[in-house]
Amino acid sequence: MNPKSLSDATLVSKYINGDEPSLTILINRHQQRLYSFIYSKVYDRVVTDDVFQDTFIKVIKTLKLGKYNEEGKFLPWVMRIAHNLVIDYFRKNNRMPKFNNSGDFDIFSVLSDGALNAEAELIRSQIFSDVRNLVEELPDDQRTVLKMRMYNEMSFKEISENTSVSINTALGRMRYALINLRKLIEENNIILTN
Amino acid sequence: MAKIYSKKKSNFNKLNPKIETINFILSYSKAFKVSVYKGLRFETIIN
Repeated sequence: MNPKSLSDATLVSKYINGDEPSLTILINRHQQRLYSFIYSKVYDRVVTDDVFQDTFIKVIKTLKLGKYNEEGKFLPWVMRIAHNLVIDYFRKNNRMPKFNNSGDFDIFSVLSDGALNAEAELIRSQIFSDVRNLVEELPDDQRTVLKMRMYNEMSFKEISENTSVSINTALGRMRYALINLRKLIEENNIILTN
Repeated sequence: MAKIYSKKKSNFNKLNPKIETINFILSYSKAFKVSVYKGLRFETIIN
């Protein structure tokens, strides 16, 4: 008689008596249904494989220890073991500390070291170099005011004293310096963002 | 009757475990032995 046509009960009985290939037939017969059942609960292939494996380990132990009784059918019994293991998995998972990144708080804003990576550092140095070149293109009076204000952090009062012009003139030169810089950036299609 | 345009959910009935998982179970079964001594059952895994 073909072993594959034997009933579950017969195969279980043969397995308990030491016939290992009976287990192979039982697994092949029910693997798809059991695996799909577990997957429908956990929606994760890795976890499904783990639970599937643990289910059969429990089945093997119970059968070999002689604790299995033939009151129920084999597959419903295996499914019940799998169901219990899925519940165990969810219980265990809920106890573990979980971080949900859906709220206003972002964990990476705390974990980040603030340092730029190599690419960002390179882009930043290129931007600084571009800005320096643009500033050099400005007329002398505008360039002087801009450098004093932005690089030397001087007040417009100090700038006016140093360049012997009124505060309003210094302010005007600064304004034109910025307008001209924007114009140069647009004309040359320069992107100054990281 | 209104048509349902939502995508049909994937069919779970076509899923199978990995071969490695099956092989592990079968190897475990072969390695797992129960010995009885003075009415006590001892589980051993023989590799």
